[in-house]
Amino acid sequence: MRYLMSVVHDRPTLATPAEQAAIDVFNDRLHTGGHWVFAGGLAAPETATVVDNRDGEALVTDGPFLESKEYLAGFWIIEAPDLDVALRLAADGSRACNRKVEVRPFL
Amino acid sequence: MRNPAIDVQAALTRAHHEEWARVVAGLTRRFGDLDIAEEAAAEAFATAVRRWPAEGVPPNPGAWLTTTAARKAIDRIRRENKRDDKHREAQMVYDGPPETVGAIDDDRLRLIFTCCHPALAMQARVALTLRMVGGLTVPEIARAFLVRETAMEQRITRAKAKIKAARVPYRVPSAEDLPARVSGVLAVLFLVFNEGYLATGPGTDPLRPGLTAEAIRLARLIRALMPDDGEAAGLLALMLLTEARGTARVSADGELVPLAEQDRGAWDASLIAEGHRLVRGRLAAAAAGTAPGRYQILAAINAVHTSARDVRDTDWTQVLALYDQLVRLDSSPIIALNRAVAVAELDGPQVALAAVDRLGDTLSGYHAYHATRADLLRRLGRSRQARAAYDKAIDLAGNTAETAYLTRRRDQPH
Repeated sequence: MRYLMSVVHDRPTLATPAEQAAIDVFNDRLHTGGHWVFAGGLAAPETATVVDNRDGEALVTDGPFLESKEYLAGFWIIEAPDLDVALRLAADGSRACNRKVEVRPFL
Repeated sequence: MRNPAIDVQAALTRAHHEEWARVVAGLTRRFGDLDIAEEAAAEAFATAVRRWPAEGVPPNPGAWLTTTAARKAIDRIRRENKRDDKHREAQMVYDGPPETVGAIDDDRLRLIFTCCHPALAMQARVALTLRMVGGLTVPEIARAFLVRETAMEQRITRAKAKIKAARVPYRVPSAEDLPARVSGVLAVLFLVFNEGYLATGPGTDPLRPGLTAEAIRLARLIRALMPDDGEAAGLLALMLLTEARGTARVSADGELVPLAEQDRGAWDASLIAEGHRLVRGRLAAAAAGTAPGRYQILAAINAVHTSARDVRDTDWTQVLALYDQLVRLDSSPIIALNRAVAVAELDGPQVALAAVDRLGDTLSGYHAYHATRADLLRRLGRSRQARAAYDKAIDLAGNTAETAYLTRRRDQPH
């Protein structure tokens, strides 16, 4: 079962060196535990561009598609047998990156 | 004279109480799907209601219901023609040897932990537990919580969908998660009990014995499934000792009767005896070095109250010592407020009022804060302030019996 762990943040700050080091340790654990699928940190929401090509004429707009105080700062995609395991990993991940983490299953 | 119709009715009621959770839990394990388990169990019980009066109660009602429900589940799966691997596998399990009693008991525990999973909203946990473990119907649960049936149905459906999509596991939590998860389960049962005991909402019955009885039944089940858990015993004892006073707590004309004014002869002696036995068991464990949790301490406080034949015999020193112990465990202002009531008995209303006033910042929106202040001010002869405090308490109180009591007190201050 795959889960998306979204890192939610509300300030325009990147991970500190200490947080980055803790994230590295956590990532190593995901690898050794067989949970790692993919992960990445994202640039600030203002760097986002929205493309809408539903009508066949691509409309390009600046900025995130949702204006909110909280934004997606990064994510992990993990493999876990069930939600209890995923929640425990999310607790460790949240601790490591020092930010809130949302856990959501893939279909 | 035996009346066969009454016998069958009694057998159906007993089977529903004793077997519902077992049937749902067993089906959930076999078919890996709460929806299928719930529907098949409901159909099996409906079949029993139709057939037992004519054909007689089967010698082993539990086995009959389990078999019937499993057939219904397989029928549904065939009907829907959703023969993916999981369902084929499930049918193979169904054809396997019968389960031992121990494994079935574990299933009920699995079911409880799944329904009370922290990933679900508290309201959803309550509704799902009452439906899947308690066997209440959706209309019954909707009525109990004053929610429209469709809304309650949706709440339960959404919770089941999340369990399935996010793969909430169907098992007893691992040792490291267990203490937090057990207290989560107990919190759900306590909430159900309190909703029955202190029902809120204008125009509703102040007591809803159906909910308190259901909470006690579920607490007994948890206690039986986890006999070594002190808090499970503590919560059951707390519920029993509270329930024992239920009828004395509301007067014939629907007014709340405070503890000090209750007719203690009307308390239920057998519930009190059972509660006291449980508390004594926990005191022995505490003496052996197991620190009691909050339900055990609350139960002990209730044991002190229910041990006094007359309110004047109440051992307030003991009550205060227990509250001191509770405060160390839980710094909530509500506990501090209840502690102040014991302080009033030992050190007088003036000292207690000073303690209560310190809680004003956090509790000014809580009716019991104002009701407690009002009572202390009244005892100090400060009628005008007492009246203002009663007004605030009446504004905030949601329980009709409590409002009636507070109103009378406000209007007859002496």
